[in-house]
Amino acid sequence: MTRRYSALSLFKEGLAGQKGWEPAWRSPEPKKTYDAIVIGGGGHGLATAYYLAKNHGITNVALLEKGWIGGGNTGRNTTVVRSNYYYPESVAIYDLAHRLYEGLSADLNYNVMLSQRGMVFLAHSINEMEITARTVNAMQINGIDAEIFSVDDVRRVAPMLNFSPNARFPILGGGWQGRAGTARHDAVAWGYARGASRLGVDIIQNCEITDFIIEGGRCRGVHTTRGSIRADRIGMAVAGHSSVLAAKAGFRLPVNSYALQACVSEPVKPILDTVVLSPGTGVYVSQSDKGEIVIGGALDRIPSYGQRGNLPVLEGVIAGLLEMFPTFAQLKLMRQWAGIVDVVPDSSPIIGESPLPNLFINCGWGTGGFKAIPAGGTLLAHLLATGKHHDISRPFDLDRFAFGRLLDEAAGSGIAH
Amino acid sequence: MQLFTCPFCGPRDETEFHFGGESGNLRPDGTDVTADRWASYLYMRDNPKGAAREIWVHMNCGEFFVMERDTVNHKVETSIALDSAEHA
Amino acid sequence: MTASRLSSGGSAIDRSRPISFNFDGRTVQGFEGDTIASALLAADVAVVGRSFKYHRPRGIWGAGVEEPNALVDVAGSVRATPNTRATTEPARSGLVAKSVNASPNAAADRNAFIDRFSRFIPAAFYYKTFMWPDWHLFEPRIRAVAGLGKVDPDWKSPGPADQINRHCDVLVVGAGPAGLAAAKLAAGAGKSVILVDDQPLPGGSLLHRDAEIDGKPAAAWIDETAAELKGAGHLVLSSTTAFGIYDHNLIALNQRHNDGRPDTLWRVRSRQIVLATGAIERPLPFANNDLPGIMSADAALAYLRRYAVLVGRRIVVATNNDSAYEVAVALATAGADVTLVEIRKNALPAAPSGVKLLAGRTLVSARGGMRVEGVTLDDGTSLAADSVVVSGDWTPTVHLFCQARGKLAWDETRAAFLPGDPVEGISVAGALSGAVALSDVFSSAAKATSAIGETKTKAPRSTGAEATGGVLAAWPIPGAKGRVWIDYQNDVTAKDVELAARENFVSVEHLKRYTTLGMATDQGKTSNLVGLALMANITGRTVPEVGTTTYRPPFTPVPLASFSGALGGELMSPVRRLPLENVHRANRAVFQEYGGWLRPAHYGGAGADADRTIQDEARRARQSVALFDGSTLGKIEVMGPKAAEFVDFIYYNTMSTLKPGRCRYGFMLSENGVVFDDGILVRLDENRFVVSCSTSHVASVHARLEEWRQDRFGRGAVYIHNATSEMATLTVSGPNSKKLLEALDLGLSLDDADLPHMAIGEGRFGEDAVRIARVSFTGDRSYEVSIRADRAEPLWARMQETGKALDAVTIGLEALMILRAEKGYIVIGKDTDGTTLPHDLGVDGPRTKRKNEYVGRRSLFTDVAVQDSRLQFVGLTVAEGEPPLATGTHAIAKSGGKLRSQGFVTSSYHSPTLGRPIALALIERGASRHGETIDLQHLGMLRHATITGPCAFDPSGERLNA
Repeated sequence: MTRRYSALSLFKEGLAGQKGWEPAWRSPEPKKTYDAIVIGGGGHGLATAYYLAKNHGITNVALLEKGWIGGGNTGRNTTVVRSNYYYPESVAIYDLAHRLYEGLSADLNYNVMLSQRGMVFLAHSINEMEITARTVNAMQINGIDAEIFSVDDVRRVAPMLNFSPNARFPILGGGWQGRAGTARHDAVAWGYARGASRLGVDIIQNCEITDFIIEGGRCRGVHTTRGSIRADRIGMAVAGHSSVLAAKAGFRLPVNSYALQACVSEPVKPILDTVVLSPGTGVYVSQSDKGEIVIGGALDRIPSYGQRGNLPVLEGVIAGLLEMFPTFAQLKLMRQWAGIVDVVPDSSPIIGESPLPNLFINCGWGTGGFKAIPAGGTLLAHLLATGKHHDISRPFDLDRFAFGRLLDEAAGSGIAH
Repeated sequence: MQLFTCPFCGPRDETEFHFGGESGNLRPDGTDVTADRWASYLYMRDNPKGAAREIWVHMNCGEFFVMERDTVNHKVETSIALDSAEHA
Repeated sequence: MTASRLSSGGSAIDRSRPISFNFDGRTVQGFEGDTIASALLAADVAVVGRSFKYHRPRGIWGAGVEEPNALVDVAGSVRATPNTRATTEPARSGLVAKSVNASPNAAADRNAFIDRFSRFIPAAFYYKTFMWPDWHLFEPRIRAVAGLGKVDPDWKSPGPADQINRHCDVLVVGAGPAGLAAAKLAAGAGKSVILVDDQPLPGGSLLHRDAEIDGKPAAAWIDETAAELKGAGHLVLSSTTAFGIYDHNLIALNQRHNDGRPDTLWRVRSRQIVLATGAIERPLPFANNDLPGIMSADAALAYLRRYAVLVGRRIVVATNNDSAYEVAVALATAGADVTLVEIRKNALPAAPSGVKLLAGRTLVSARGGMRVEGVTLDDGTSLAADSVVVSGDWTPTVHLFCQARGKLAWDETRAAFLPGDPVEGISVAGALSGAVALSDVFSSAAKATSAIGETKTKAPRSTGAEATGGVLAAWPIPGAKGRVWIDYQNDVTAKDVELAARENFVSVEHLKRYTTLGMATDQGKTSNLVGLALMANITGRTVPEVGTTTYRPPFTPVPLASFSGALGGELMSPVRRLPLENVHRANRAVFQEYGGWLRPAHYGGAGADADRTIQDEARRARQSVALFDGSTLGKIEVMGPKAAEFVDFIYYNTMSTLKPGRCRYGFMLSENGVVFDDGILVRLDENRFVVSCSTSHVASVHARLEEWRQDRFGRGAVYIHNATSEMATLTVSGPNSKKLLEALDLGLSLDDADLPHMAIGEGRFGEDAVRIARVSFTGDRSYEVSIRADRAEPLWARMQETGKALDAVTIGLEALMILRAEKGYIVIGKDTDGTTLPHDLGVDGPRTKRKNEYVGRRSLFTDVAVQDSRLQFVGLTVAEGEPPLATGTHAIAKSGGKLRSQGFVTSSYHSPTLGRPIALALIERGASRHGETIDLQHLGMLRHATITGPCAFDPSGERLNA
């Protein structure tokens, strides 16, 4: 059986009809007891399981997924990776993720196609240019690669933008992060799954949590559709469904679930090399390696668990796109979808022990979870392994809401997530 | 595009409405409210999957009202004017 | 010549109107009514495109929306669109079509060599390689070969797409026999009906399948039925695709036009939706089943009867079901040499006349290069063929049903997923519901409309021969030799599905994502079920156990322009305009957008040096008198018996102690304690206040007031009215402002005793009441004069005229920003951010002293609110001769070798009056650090500045009364 991925193994397998590949991950029956349970087979859950095994040597781990791994927001986002944040606390967490992403293909022996083609965030007014300066300065002070772009700089990286001075949202310049880019979302999930499975983690799909096992005021395991599974350390990373599990565990979270829409056009030959964000028009766009224009939408305005696309938000997003890229009006929309995101009042994640002892949570990434997957996994694994916060996750504990220590990037920098 | 019913104006497109929060999230007055109680009022939510009872405002007429709906299948059960609802 | 146009026939084409267009550089002749595909077939063009991954030569597969192969970039004198399906795009003179993903053209593609390496690049190969040394080395070349069509960078928009909203009782999707019958029955029940079909003409399969209805030929019945519907005022839309069903029975349609206009988006809210979307024919699995010349049997019949195109001379028809018999006979009758290869041994339909039948035989492979040359059967028989038409049975078009949250049920006898439990507001008819025989189709239509109401119309009757639905499932067999294509466009073969299974990508969504099966522009209309069935076979599960993928809008790709409609340019986010905009324009104002309003930034015309003009306006404003249009200022009236109690609750500052006729400045907080807005509250009388708020916050302040009123006070206690747009506010400011105002003779005393600072007076200008508020945002004596917006022009003119003698200057917003910054007056959202609490701005009195409740109160006492490291509002001065600090510059501190931000510059200007730069900032512990010199950084450049109080000009406030 061929395990290692490389050009050579691919060539050898090509001669043998590609018949020697082993399963990317095992699908064993769940055991009765584990050292740790991770709930949620999205990027954050899979990364948590992987880092528990890799960083902490805890391999007797069950990862429980209600459906199929990578099927939630991990497979429903616009795949952007960046770390251009304002507050030092945010920078620490997103920079950790960004750096891990940069080594991820090699670490996992799985090409996650991190493509650092840069990202420009546009400024449409003098006021927005000033805010961009404030943001870029903050990033530079925090050690993040960020620059101010003039109109000509913007034209160089995204020539198809609407540079008319009479445009409704004229482009005055913007900010730039050169290390930003995209990664292949499915590959991130599958790569972590493969890595975790090889280290001994049991990945159990079609396994829905029906309740928590609570004994002596502590969480001791879970009841699932595939039987009861016990462990003394349980982590959950279930994004938009966090409130549902929290209710089963007897606490509430500062989370509202919304549908976040995105869509892609039909594939076309390369026309857009970088990621472009225009806060004024709400456009968040890039072109995938396949050639599809990937269009990120705004949040729906109605709390929902229905993973459904909707018309009004889509129309506004596409109108914004065509305002920024008038020639894209030639394109056709190919697919529209929605993910359920967990929106927190300060739009920063929640990582820490929950009000139910032994149960640790990683949620609240809202619209920005994909880019943080390696950090979310590292930090939740650290909590599960040590019972204590990593320095980087400490500010993101649930206790910040009572202290009033919110980390609202939008409030501080005006940058949308 | 969903259809919501304003108790005063009848069925209208979702774009005319704004979500006002979960019903029953009562404001605790005073400075002696505990930090946890205040944070609970400000931030903690049931965020139910399924049946929900919520405050909405119809922006065109400005009236707030209580709406019961399902957050999964988006079926709307009832809309009740705020002063005739057992809001609290 | 193999494919050719017959000398007669073709129901869709008009032979009296020949057309010609260009395909891949050659001229193609056709007739009005042709699609690009039918004209290419008639011209015997075999290779029309290249596949996505292996650049395999591909021919036309279908005759409709399911087409995976025949994609062209359309340009020329018609609307340009990449990746256009040749099978649905009308051929027009002047059209230029270019095959996609082929260079220089489909017939001779220089990337064709990739196919020879296909064994090394199976499904998902890219996850396993390109890692060393770095993905970035490989990516650009991979990007360059990926993608299909090309975007024209010089493309000009033909204008915005129309968008139309409609309501109806019943919307029927599909104008085939089921849809026409359903529409007729619904109309007969007195309902308003919209009938939608994506073909240019109604009729669906009846356009090329044998049928007789109510004793008439099908064509006559179609025409009659459509005419009847139109005549009764119902809407019949052709060339219109129902592409999405959204919540609460909203159905989205995209209508194509044949005259170069952009498509039209229809949003239709229908009480009942009848889906009669039909079914799509599947390919048969055999090696090389993707060669050009291998085509859907139903499409071959459609080309024959609608376009008079015979697809070959020596044709092998292969089938596993009854529907291909009619095709075989028709092709033979048209003059082709036809062999029918039938998988089944038993229970066959009547032998087709004029056709050689090989029953119990299966195609195992096809041969050929740029065109199919022959096939080999399972018994080793080799047949020569210039065309192979296949039917692997029919997949009901369940997409819209699933979009409407319908669940599917597997029907073993039909070997297909059919709509399962009914969905409220949706019914299904025709082939979608599993019907095959026309009489069953009509009874399904009657059933689908039965709940709508009693109909006066009789259901149509099938009076001719009936189709039968015999089928023996023919799915790909694991381990079969050669390459059996499943998804043509994305080059997914049976081996790729086997590879996915081997590597544990066995769930349907993993299969799809890992192999890209069904993710091409055709969204798997011909391939999804085949892939599922193979996966079921490999993993020992049934097809329903493997499941189906989620069906998402749109059903077929929809132009982005349809979604945006007119929502571009000025309509994207319309700016609000001042009542006096034209007057300002005549006065050479230069406009900019501020908080959603278009306002004069400065005067002097666009050609003027903006900085100098602004400096000049700010300087002169302090010298004599300045005129400013402040009409955007919010004016929200709050009245009622509990109005005073209400404003106390709303404001951070105590407002109930304000005396009638007086004004007070205050903050509004959010419940999290953050300063949300600031402004002047005017008390007109005991129970009547006017809240003036920031320009950009009027709507949100109004919404908050309403929310608290309805939540805590109720209808009888307080009433709120937003009068912002009813009144224009013209500001007169400066040492000579009183003099100017007195000359206007507004009928009230402006003596300081009668109208002191922070008081209001009522006067008249001609016949109109004016309200004069003596408040100041400049630090100078100022009067805000409010008047009915439609009467503001003469007042402004009088002010301008009167001001001449006083050397008055009209100032724009930029000069005002300098004046207020000199005074250290804040602008919310600029000098504050989403964390600024009132005591950060130096206003701590209410927090420590107020005893009654107000919005945001408890949040001012959290751990974070009381910590001493908060950012506080200060002024900054730079050393003499240094330029102004850039707004956005950060104050920095070094700790442990690392830089740390200590706050930032929020506003920065050169003050013409002071003759030096001024700046406002939020700085950590700034209020207690006055006099301290700090380090600042902007884009890597180090600066220094000294912390001061925010007010740089007239700190004692004498000028307010000067």
